Amino acid sequence: MPERVATLSPIRLSVNGREYQLELDHRTTLLDALRENLDLTGSKKGCDHGQCGACTVMLDGRRANACLIFAVAAQTHDITTIEGVGAAGNLHPLQQAFIDHDGLQCGYCTPGQICSAVAMLAEVEAGWPSAVTPDVAAGPVDLDESETRERMSGNLCRCGAYVNIVAAIQDVVG
Amino acid sequence: MTILSPTSIDEAVAALADPAIQVLAGGTDFMVEVNAGHRRPDKVLSLRHIPELRTWEQLPARDDPAHVRLGATVTYTDMLQPDLAQLLPALAHAARTVGSPQIRNAGTIGGNLATASPAGDTLPVLAALEAVVEVASPLGVRDIPVATFITGPKRTALSPGELIVAVRLPLLDGHQEFRKIGVRNAMVIAVASLALAVDTRTRTVRCALGSVGPGPIRATEAEEWLAGTIDWDRPAATTEAPDLAYFGRLVAGAAQPIDDHRGTAAYRRHAIGVLAERAAAQAFGAGSAA
Amino acid sequence: MSDIATTHATKGTIGENASRPDGGPKVRGEFAFSGDLWADGMLWGRTLRSPHPAARIIAIDIAAALRIPGVHAVVTAADLPASVNYGLEWRDQPVFATDVVRYVGEPVAAVAADHPEAARQACEAIDVQYEPQVPLLDPAEAAAAPPIHPDGNVFRQLTIRTGDPSARGPIVVEGAYEVGMQDQAFMGPEAGLAIPADDGGIDLIVSTQWLHNDRLQVAECLGLAPEKVRLSLGGVGGAFGAREDVSLQIHACLLAQRTARPIKIVYSREESFLGHVHRHPARIWMRHSAEADGRLVSFEARILLDGGAYRSSSYHVVANATCFSAGPYKVENALAEGIGVRTNNPPCGAMRGFGAVQVCFAHEAQMDKLAEACGVDPVEIRLRNALATGDRLLTGQVIEGTLPVARVIREAAALPLPPSPEIADPMTRPGGAGRTADAAHVRRGIGFAVGFKNLMYAEGYMDGSAARCRLSDGLATVTCAAAEVGQGFVTLAQQIARTVLGVEDVLLAPADTSIGSAGSSSASRQTWMSGGAVEKACQAVRAALLQHVADRHGIDPAQLTITDGRVTSTDARDSIDLAVADAAPGVVFEEEVEYHHRITHPLDDDGQGDAHVSLVCAAHRAVVDVDPDLGLIRVVQVATAQDVGRALNPLQVLGQIEGGIAQGLGLATMEELTLRNGRILNPSFTDYLIPTALDMPEVLATLVEEPEPGAPFGAKGVGEPPTISSTPAIVAALRAATGKALNRVPVRPQDIALGDGE
Repeated sequence: MPERVATLSPIRLSVNGREYQLELDHRTTLLDALRENLDLTGSKKGCDHGQCGACTVMLDGRRANACLIFAVAAQTHDITTIEGVGAAGNLHPLQQAFIDHDGLQCGYCTPGQICSAVAMLAEVEAGWPSAVTPDVAAGPVDLDESETRERMSGNLCRCGAYVNIVAAIQDVVG
Repeated sequence: MTILSPTSIDEAVAALADPAIQVLAGGTDFMVEVNAGHRRPDKVLSLRHIPELRTWEQLPARDDPAHVRLGATVTYTDMLQPDLAQLLPALAHAARTVGSPQIRNAGTIGGNLATASPAGDTLPVLAALEAVVEVASPLGVRDIPVATFITGPKRTALSPGELIVAVRLPLLDGHQEFRKIGVRNAMVIAVASLALAVDTRTRTVRCALGSVGPGPIRATEAEEWLAGTIDWDRPAATTEAPDLAYFGRLVAGAAQPIDDHRGTAAYRRHAIGVLAERAAAQAFGAGSAA
Repeated sequence: MSDIATTHATKGTIGENASRPDGGPKVRGEFAFSGDLWADGMLWGRTLRSPHPAARIIAIDIAAALRIPGVHAVVTAADLPASVNYGLEWRDQPVFATDVVRYVGEPVAAVAADHPEAARQACEAIDVQYEPQVPLLDPAEAAAAPPIHPDGNVFRQLTIRTGDPSARGPIVVEGAYEVGMQDQAFMGPEAGLAIPADDGGIDLIVSTQWLHNDRLQVAECLGLAPEKVRLSLGGVGGAFGAREDVSLQIHACLLAQRTARPIKIVYSREESFLGHVHRHPARIWMRHSAEADGRLVSFEARILLDGGAYRSSSYHVVANATCFSAGPYKVENALAEGIGVRTNNPPCGAMRGFGAVQVCFAHEAQMDKLAEACGVDPVEIRLRNALATGDRLLTGQVIEGTLPVARVIREAAALPLPPSPEIADPMTRPGGAGRTADAAHVRRGIGFAVGFKNLMYAEGYMDGSAARCRLSDGLATVTCAAAEVGQGFVTLAQQIARTVLGVEDVLLAPADTSIGSAGSSSASRQTWMSGGAVEKACQAVRAALLQHVADRHGIDPAQLTITDGRVTSTDARDSIDLAVADAAPGVVFEEEVEYHHRITHPLDDDGQGDAHVSLVCAAHRAVVDVDPDLGLIRVVQVATAQDVGRALNPLQVLGQIEGGIAQGLGLATMEELTLRNGRILNPSFTDYLIPTALDMPEVLATLVEEPEPGAPFGAKGVGEPPTISSTPAIVAALRAATGKALNRVPVRPQDIALGDGE
């Protein structure tokens, strides 16, 4: 059995616009660091395998599964978690839309869904190509329902609130 | 466990002199194994902060044909961007089928090669295009053709101390595509996949299969039969389509599928034949792209 | 029916799309799920599980595990101070295996350590010597096989006999069907935090469906009085039946008792698949006979359910499967035999639909066969046989409540069909992102199915729920131990309180064991049972408030009412008009009540009896695009009409319908735990596939509102019907598109492409 050798290093994480200095075991994933060390428990552990999307955060605005990156390796990125998306009294339009459209039931996948959707809208804004059009050549992206569904397919919802999640996103897209 | 994060290839190669060190790229395979407790590295070499691995370039057409050189940590998302996707459409198609958008943001071409999963989505494309893997070590850089790079399920020709730094792919003139079967309509591991690439200059067809053998399989007999059947001077005007069902049967015959919890061998063999017939129809059939 | 006409001016009352009170915290990531909990000095618990489906335990050596730095305790069965067995309905399951293990994943030991990694290493260091035995894996052999448990291999055998089962109509259809093992696969893995208390008791915060039943089992195994075990609900990341059984509760509490430290246990995704019960796999044979016009003459069924190693709720799953085996159809002559058996497969128990799902897949396939044999339209044949109020069930029970079977059939069939296959967008074709199909390869099929089941528990179970209401200066506080698992009970509780009391500010106290049991959040029962308790408690407070106002004004309280949030008198001469908030300044009204539904009765030797409280039905029509050569599927649309009694929150009802359809779609097309030698081969989201947003079809829904007599506000539970008939409707559509028999779910690509399993 391998020895349990913990290498602790001082690391610096930039999360939701705030700098955190902490001493971390190198084995710590970003997800565990957020949840266990920074008390930012909004990012959820649903599978620890990158297969459910419940831990979705943004690294420099791009979607990432926080379970699939060591915290040490995340030091160079600006990290945004659900706690940085909006706050009570100052909700992000997507958060409000999830409430209005009842885009959640148990709510476990919800932070990941919202982070994923926020970044997804930015991808569309940046002209990232459509995945649903048959041609790989780029064109302006029409974020219609099937495009939205494909782009959100990395976030599982077992309560099956997809219809309302898609409606909430479409509502924000306008 | 210690993580090293070099910022240059040279540093990374130097670090690899330590036989205990394990290479981490996008993390979409590696971290799964770590989190599941199946992989417990003492030392990790993260490639995340090596900018030169993250770039791609179109090589001047000194050689025939021209090539694109992808750094090892070019991501699936990068492969989808229009400038690259136009050059390598089959690779873009394959990249689109990988996992989820989150996975595509993280996963890399080098990682797909190094993991060498029989279900690796880009591998059939790399095999069909006869990509060359550039591998660096303290001794220098050597080229390994993809066909010999993957030696079995999750096994490669990488020697200890070697690092994948790039993949070179030829730019072909002709139709390319990738199709993948999974039980779900998104975010799924391939049950069978197929890449088809036509090269009108050399009048060849390349067809490689995924998830139906220990590694990507070239269906050479089928390729040759199809290339020999096409009227290359007027492929789109071919009034009588070749017997594409026969092509499908030849491709199915090349598969070496197994039964597992994702699908049966019989289904995989059947399905790969169907994919082949459809891909060929897209390339050469009535109203085809050719 | 309840008095509900009083408070139209109050916002968020019954019938409105009130927002979830937990919606804000959930979208902000602030809602505390049980896995988010933390306590000072906390240790991490972890469970060691059996790798064998059947083995004798020769020895367990924990010495090496205890030597690992950071390990505080290792416990096995020998450490249990009192009962060594637990179980939802019957205590037949060892907390830790003692002499034998009976399934892969059975707990053998548990450890507590200061870091999850140390706990993992400690589990690896426990040396268990097993002597593997030949496992009993085929449920068909179980009844006759040597017992693998002192309680025997048969959980229940139920025969329902009515009329003359040998009667035959001229048209006979017969078939054998199979349902694979589905998993609830909720998103938030099992998690809990056990904190030892100064009084020798334990506080346990846990995600569960039934706090009080957990408490009883923990108390029995720890040798504590139940009141020394205090449970409160941690945020629940979905349940769907899988949190009805105890998982980590006893382990965590035992470790907390042992170490005198708080213990947190969080299951990994893999452990979650091993650590909770699944939907029973089923093998079902049915034979229907009918007149030439399709009216049923006789029905026969044999239903075999694999309950796995321990009983869980198998006894009642057998009852449901057998009682509802004929579907919502009239048939005078029937013989239905259900059996649930013990094997060395993973234990099975409750999942949304609870026995009705398995038989509905079979009876709806049979109804389609019958329609074809009679030359009658599938919708028409169902209408001709539809049960209605006043008819008898197979069990002889006369349907006294509403059961609008014909109406849900007609309403579902009347919903618009989707436009013809959209070919421009390959992502919406079968195969989706894999771009396997070109437009020419796609065929479309339409299928129809109807299902029904009971609401709440049955067969004489004395079900109840407790609730407390407190009203003070216009602020209402409702306390109820009903587990909010995502179904929206907390929203309904507020809506009910607002409706009865005419106030808008309704606080919900945390769900815990400081009040009486609310029963389980299962069986589509909380809207009725705990909704009824909350209504009754609020009514008692309302009566007290009106009495108080009447006393002050020296009038008869019967003259007072609450209208538009104001206390007014029906007698204009009294000129009383007070806001509820101002009606009794400084006075606190508090009432605690228990609510019960009407009594039911056990089934007799012929399976006859008034066993069920109430029934609910739904119809589904599925439109499916199929790629027959590859066997790939895209569900385009599911249209449904559902008997809801009365929609108390239409938006949330729709959410339940859509979510249930997603799970029904999963069972139809992709979800199955595959076993080899009793071991689950796919305990991960990589290989246990559940539908993504791209797999989810358009859903059209009609809510059929025929208020149920005796039900609070006339409402029926809505969670289960969507999972029952959506699966057979989708498979019927696949049959229509492909011509294949498809007698097994989930339908695998090879079943369509190669005709496997026919």
